[in-house]
Amino acid sequence: MNTRESILAAVLKNQPPASPLPDISAFKGSRQDVVDNYQAVFTSIGGIVHVVNSFAEINDRIRANFDPTKRIITTLPAMAGYVELMSATADPRTFDDVELAVIDAQLAVAENGAVWLPEQHMGQRIIPYICQHLAVVVPAEIIVPTLHEAYAQIGAGDYGFAAFIGGPSKTADIEQALVMGAHGPITMTVFILV
Amino acid sequence: METKTKDHAALAEAFIKDEEHVNWHDGALWWIRQKRDIASKQIPEWEALREAASQIKSNVLSNLHDYLLQFEANLIKNGITVHWASDAEEHNRIVYSILKAKEINQMIKSKSMLTEECHLNEYLAERGIDVINSDLGEYIQQLDNEPPSHIVLPCIHKRKEEIGEIFHEHLGTEKGVSDPTTLTRFARRHLRNAFITRRAALTGVNFAVAETGEYVVCTNEGNADMGAHLSDVQIASMGIEKIVPQKKHLGIFLRLLARSATGQPITIYSSHFKKPREGQEMHLILVDLGRTRQLGRPEFRESLKCIKCGACMNTCPVYRKSGGLSYHNTISGPIGAILAPNLDMKRHADLPFASTLCGSCSNVCPVKITIHDQLYQWRQVIVKEGFAANTKVLGMKAMAWTLSSPGSYARMGRAGRWVLNNIPFAINNKLNPWYKQREMPDGPKESFGEWYARNQKENGSDKK
Repeated sequence: MNTRESILAAVLKNQPPASPLPDISAFKGSRQDVVDNYQAVFTSIGGIVHVVNSFAEINDRIRANFDPTKRIITTLPAMAGYVELMSATADPRTFDDVELAVIDAQLAVAENGAVWLPEQHMGQRIIPYICQHLAVVVPAEIIVPTLHEAYAQIGAGDYGFAAFIGGPSKTADIEQALVMGAHGPITMTVFILV
Repeated sequence: METKTKDHAALAEAFIKDEEHVNWHDGALWWIRQKRDIASKQIPEWEALREAASQIKSNVLSNLHDYLLQFEANLIKNGITVHWASDAEEHNRIVYSILKAKEINQMIKSKSMLTEECHLNEYLAERGIDVINSDLGEYIQQLDNEPPSHIVLPCIHKRKEEIGEIFHEHLGTEKGVSDPTTLTRFARRHLRNAFITRRAALTGVNFAVAETGEYVVCTNEGNADMGAHLSDVQIASMGIEKIVPQKKHLGIFLRLLARSATGQPITIYSSHFKKPREGQEMHLILVDLGRTRQLGRPEFRESLKCIKCGACMNTCPVYRKSGGLSYHNTISGPIGAILAPNLDMKRHADLPFASTLCGSCSNVCPVKITIHDQLYQWRQVIVKEGFAANTKVLGMKAMAWTLSSPGSYARMGRAGRWVLNNIPFAINNKLNPWYKQREMPDGPKESFGEWYARNQKENGSDKK
């Protein structure tokens, strides 16, 4: 018997009698005030929120808050007139100098402030992690109350990689003192597009 | 391999020598426990979530064989190479062979308690492969040549001045610098270079979805992703109990995990890995390492439901005052004390006794493991198997003899009261472990039995 077979045989021999899965369909949140709730939670976890009406306004905010002489990249065709459109084929290591990445989310979750980013929205998998600052465009209508609604919409999902990201990279490993920007972005900004 | 020389009590005794430090440690962990309470109380259905999570995990354990087969088939479909390892040696050998085939001699690793249990870093170092732990807390512990003392907060037992000293010694920061932001920024620059240059990355696994063949890795720092997405070869190591049946079940577990761990609504990064990146190789190692044996112990198999949030450690009065390293096991605290005896009962025979059985651990556990009941159960097993410390065995025998006859009970009681009142120095000394950090009380003048007999005689039996 090889290792695989011996582990599986031991599992089969030792696992307890069948225990049914619970019905979890009753878990859901309220759609009321999801935009306000999202803003409150995302701000409380150290994120920055701007409610905007257009991509031109997003561009104005970016010009005002980030250094435009540094590298700013995007996956969004609507932002292409303003900043560099990223290459999907470049070596991921070449993004080490990115100051700000501007991408959009497929979903956002009011209860925890996280945005759902399948890799198609990232451009490349490394983008939302390697940039010094991350900005994510969230159309107001994609905000759902809880993770339950989020997973119901995601389904199996057509991606090789996807992630919930809920705020700037953080650590509190040194004496429980909160420090933003452990390895990933030092700030995360969400533009809620209404 | 680690060698154990002292038991929990002896190691804890060393830890509590610095009273100011212990009080800080105690307070820091209790603060996290309070954050957990605040976060959980914001979810009205919190208890229902815990119950659902517990039931899902019961289902996983009862159907693990089929879920593992389903998970494996989906992984292969997704282009991930699957390996199986029965023990630490086999796991380490697999990692080594993957790296060797690619002629890689440097790897970056994100937090993985399993590879700590396997002593992977030491194994690879002996074979010329250098491993960097990229989680900041684990990185600090690695520099200091110590294992993590907490599964979520690896260096919670260290003060910032100690960490500043370690950075000064190993990384050349200025002497005396201990500001957490300054130290973190320094580590960020240092480790970013490692992320960019290392071709292989290893991560742990928080949840493995049988239905889709994807696995979820949760971090706050983003270190798992920095390593994985810049690597040519990505390896994930997981214990076979990490399975969840369906993707929608992640909604339950991700709502519970970070709130229980640190009071956050969700970890900053919850990464869902399903297929390798173009040109990348992805491997997943399914590891037994005692899990199947624990699965066969009806009174202890529930411990395999653990999602490694650390809430039981933060709340435990013994953990908070003795420190994680005193448990001499990778997984410390209450959950470690019910997992470790399965791995080596003799070596870890002391751990189930490192508890007051107050039950706080069971009350905060997000998957409702009855940790304190299992601690109690392990004590029975350990004594029966002959692994209990001699002093405990003798004490229990003396107790059994005293309690077995009313005469000996009354005589021992009288003797005890006389000693407490007349020659307290006979027990208020170093030979009596109960005297440590405690004053023995004054003995009562008489026992209840003696008072009752006297009262009957003086007042008669049918007053009123």
